[in-house]
Amino acid sequence: MLNFFTELGSATREAFGKIGRGTFFLLHALSGFGYVGLRPRLLLKQMYSVGVLSFLIISISGLFVGMVLGLQGFYILSDFGAEESLGVMVAASLVRELGPVVSALLFAGRAGSALTAEIGLMKATEQLSGMEMMAVDPVKRIITPRFLAGLICMPLLAALFSAIGVMGGHMIGVGMLGVDDGSFWSQMQSSIDFRHDIINGMIKSLVFGFSATLIALFEGYDCLPTSEGVSRATTRTVVNSAFAVLGLDFILTALMFGD
Amino acid sequence: MQHSKIQDTLVGLFVAAGIAALFYQALQVSNLGTYTSGETFTVSARFQNSGGLKVKSPVSVAGVKIGRVSSISLDKETLESVVEMKIDSKYNNLPDDSDASIYTSGLLGEQYISIDPGPGLSGAFLKNNSKIENVSSAIILEEMIGKFLLNKANQ
Repeated sequence: MLNFFTELGSATREAFGKIGRGTFFLLHALSGFGYVGLRPRLLLKQMYSVGVLSFLIISISGLFVGMVLGLQGFYILSDFGAEESLGVMVAASLVRELGPVVSALLFAGRAGSALTAEIGLMKATEQLSGMEMMAVDPVKRIITPRFLAGLICMPLLAALFSAIGVMGGHMIGVGMLGVDDGSFWSQMQSSIDFRHDIINGMIKSLVFGFSATLIALFEGYDCLPTSEGVSRATTRTVVNSAFAVLGLDFILTALMFGD
Repeated sequence: MQHSKIQDTLVGLFVAAGIAALFYQALQVSNLGTYTSGETFTVSARFQNSGGLKVKSPVSVAGVKIGRVSSISLDKETLESVVEMKIDSKYNNLPDDSDASIYTSGLLGEQYISIDPGPGLSGAFLKNNSKIENVSSAIILEEMIGKFLLNKANQ
């Protein structure tokens, strides 16, 4: 019984300790913006590995998600004789929800896990301590460029995902199932509002990019410097990012679309 | 050095593709392409029942959209629905004895206001803050079905 309370107490302390360390870590990373501004090449390199290398998986997933939405939407809408609304359904679900959420989940799996493993291994092989020895701040040098890269790349990836998804839905709906091309686009354009739908989707993906990148970097920086610790941190990154993205999505949707 | 140049180009292409995707969404997917932020004037009309009309519902003449509903409120004295609409200022030649009716596009579609131009007996046109006097309210499907059933029952 006493053991139970001891463990509960230490788990609580550990949980709050982690939140505190995470907050300091975030502030430290934010303080490095000026440092990275003077060295844009650091950022460019990270944008390559975080953004450009995620491009393929995002665009292929977007295409298939759009195509599936086209098929499923057509089967349901044709029951009501409303196939012409297929464009609205595909575009609204992609722009508002699936674009930001699915691309953030893919981003956490593709780029987030890589970031955690990279930084965890840097810590395990004492590269971070080595930098400190040379009076280089490892957070400003290593973490901030990756954080900024994630923040910039995520909205771009989500925009690509939605745009390619809409094209995929159009390909299936108009090309294969014979929905009228004109009403597909005109109904979409009359119900999708730029500020209400597209800008809100972009804000969502910015928030997801912020939280997924922060979780990935913090788990890597905070991991036990052993091979097992790195592997656990990588798992935690993917799991926690998925929770964070889906939970935040609920809150953001309630705030943005519940008029 | 060579490698870094290829990297620069790829990052540039990626950013350009992302921005292009955003523009594609703005112009092809949303209504920004047809958005006009030009001058408008406000006209109001009182309906017995404005049904499922919403703010931002379209206002049209002869099937062509000329504006949007800007506010719907209840008059506390007469218990009527006061609908204000913003109409594009280039349509400043609508006779002031025009009719406003609330129609539904399709059987289950959204509701919109249709303005039928009147004969223009007074020679005046609708302008800012004018009121449309001749109105017909929204057709409520449930009321019609109720009346129809009542008629059937009486026969």
